[in-house]
Formats: sequence, C-alpha cells, structure tokens
Amino acid sequence: METPEQIRDRLLARFPGAQISVVTNPGPAAEHALLLDAAHAREIAFFLRDDPALRLDYCSNVTGIDWPEKEIAETAKVSVPDPAGGPAKIVEQKTKRIQPGFLEVVYHLYSMALKQGPVILRLRTGNRTDQVTLPSFMPVWRSCDFQEREVFDLFGIVFEGHPDLRRILMWDEFKDHPMRKDYVAPDDFEWEPTPHSDVLARAQTHYPAASPAATGDGGKS
Amino acid sequence: MSDPNTNSVPAITDAERDELRRHGILLTSLEELHNWGRSNSIWPLQFGLACCAIEMIATATARFDIARFGAEIFRPSPRQADLMIVSGTVTKKMAPQVVRLWNQMPEPKYCIAMGACAISGGPFKQGYNVLKGIDRFIPVDIYIPGCPPRPEALLNGLIQLQKKIRGERLTGPDAARHARPDEPSEFPVPDFGEHDLVPPKNPDVWEPPASLARSGKS
Repeated sequence: METPEQIRDRLLARFPGAQISVVTNPGPAAEHALLLDAAHAREIAFFLRDDPALRLDYCSNVTGIDWPEKEIAETAKVSVPDPAGGPAKIVEQKTKRIQPGFLEVVYHLYSMALKQGPVILRLRTGNRTDQVTLPSFMPVWRSCDFQEREVFDLFGIVFEGHPDLRRILMWDEFKDHPMRKDYVAPDDFEWEPTPHSDVLARAQTHYPAASPAATGDGGKS
Repeated sequence: MSDPNTNSVPAITDAERDELRRHGILLTSLEELHNWGRSNSIWPLQFGLACCAIEMIATATARFDIARFGAEIFRPSPRQADLMIVSGTVTKKMAPQVVRLWNQMPEPKYCIAMGACAISGGPFKQGYNVLKGIDRFIPVDIYIPGCPPRPEALLNGLIQLQKKIRGERLTGPDAARHARPDEPSEFPVPDFGEHDLVPPKNPDVWEPPASLARSGKS
C-alpha cells in the first residue's frame, strides 16, 4: 500500500488547490495521518473511496480530539555583541507564544476490497468556539452517521451535510460537550471513604467538618 | 389478622409457635400466611441495564434456578411485577425511565439495587453521565454488592428480601411502607436539564451523608 506521503503527492496532483500535509505519529504504531483542509475534504474523501489503487470503502472509526489553547515556552540562544568591544555573549532568550486551540476529527479508513489500510484522515476546526464546522463524511461512508453524531455530542463539532445531526448519547436538552478538556461536571460530590488530593479539596468544601482543624473535636460536636 | 388495637403485642410468640409446630399443631396468623405467600411468589420486572443483567439471566437458568425461591416469573410489564432488580449502571439518560417504571408498578413493590453501579455509580461514579446510585430517586430495600454480583449473591439478596417481607407488619405504627397511606407510592420523575438531571436527587428519599469524618453528627 502507498505511504501517506505518496497518497499526499497523488492528491496534490489531483487537487491542485488543496492543502494536504502529513501529520506524523511518533508512537510505535507510526500511523501517520493526512491532514486535510475543510474546503476540499469531501471531494478528496470521494476520491479516496473510488480510487482503484486505494478503494477505501470502509470507515471503521471516527473520533474527536480537543486541543485546548496552549502556552509554549521556547528558549533560543542569541548572541549579544558586547558594547565594550569584547567577545559577543550568548544569552538565552525565552519567548512564550500561545498556540490557539482547535478541535480535530480523525477518520480511520480501510479497504475491504483490497484488504489494506488504515489510511487516517484528520480535519481541524478554526477554533474551539464559533468556527467549529467541518464537512460531514456521511455521504461518502454511511458508517460515519452515528460516529459523527457522537463527535458532535461530546466535542461540539458541527458536521455540515450530515442529514440527522442530533445528540446521540446525551439528551437533547443537554448543553455541554463532556469530552472537551475544559468541561466541568456538575458538582455532585458524595462522601467517599478515602478522599485524597483534589477529591479531598472538594470534600472539604462540602463537609467543612472534615478539614484538619475540625476533625480533632469532630466527635464531640 | 391481628387486632389493630393490640397489634404491637402478638398473641403468641414465635418460640411458642415453633414449639407447637414441633408437636404437629399448625398455628398461624393471617399476617404470617399472607407474608409467606407474598414472599414465595415474587415476580421480578424483566429489565436489565448492564452486565449485572447477564448475571440476573444466569440466575434464572437451570444451574442457579431462581425458581427454587418462587421468583422465576419475570414480567415484561411493570403493572404485573412487584420486584424491580436494578441490574446495572443507571445512566442519567435512563434514570427518568427507571423511576417511571417504578411508579407504574403496583404496591406492594420492592427494589433490589444489584451491583456497585446501581448502589453508587460504581466504577463509573466520577462519570458525567452516570447516576450515583438509584437510591437517589427511589427507595431501595436490598443492596447487593459486587461487580457484578455472582448469581449466588443475587439469590442471597432475594432470600434477604423474602425475610424482610415475612417480617413485615401490615397494620399499626410499625407497618410496612406499602401499608402506610402517608408513604408515597410514586416518586417524582427527574427532568433532563441543561447540565444535569433536574433535580439531581430526591431529597425525600436520599440525603448526602452528613459528615465526611463520620463524627457522629446527624
């Protein structure tokens, strides 16, 4: 089977305006993915399904990833010339930049006809709040139906072109997206026998008597 | 049935009754006969929620044979059932339906919380979508720990329930829950809210433990 780089080159030749890059996976599985742009994703998906060399006729898995906004600290060594005329000093310069957050959806494609795969596709949204629309692949692979609904339910990615985009696991009235990193579950703390760390901190807000100062005379009151 | 005015003092003690039985004299009260009959023909509601339901099905098979205890008639309608075995994880999406089924069951009715999930949410307790115990919405008679409980444990829970039914009083101040007109038979069904069930628990049925340190405060 072709490598992701070969597929990318073939796709770029076939779709000149598309932006396609290979996202490498540093893990031992080394399942590198093709990152597509949303504008051309649907026609690329049709091409991958119908191309005689690939025939990726089966979408086995759709999942989402939440990439929250991240602060990246970088240190670079900069040589500063000495005003007194001596040798230039090398100073470590620390810069911080903020990598904007986005949501990502991942498709795992296989070919039942040619018994090959997987080819992994990734699509990224513009941000995590208002630009969360991506093209649906359900017209291409029927099996994306429920899985895209699940990604919509738990991550809040809106799939354009999906014929029945409703929540599938949570109820319709639910407003949150629980698999996002910044989701906070309703504070419904219950007594636990051995609370520790953050569970203990939450326990102390619900049960002030359990704080270390109060446990000493807890039996008397 | 014993006289409502003197019900707290039985006419004959259990020891005396057993002594008479040893001599071939069968003496009983209507209450005891009634409870004996009820306890030996429990009809469970045929519904399962998760892997505990597989153990419940195994309990009904020939190897474990829940029919030995008269509880083999699993009814597919809550109108015909008098025991609800909450067998498995109750998700927040399922909880209103479980409460609705409970409300549709006629009195006297009993509830067994089978397994860690039905008791407290179990391994999924910290999850956003799991109810932390069905006793937040309906009264539970028997809790069976386990993940999932073995069929023997479910049978033991059933035997404990039978004991409870046999010990129930039908009249008087210490009457069973179903015999008291002031005790509710139906419980409010929670609504789906924007972030959680509304309300997340029924305060008439369940209160969070008062103190983390178990300091004796009520």
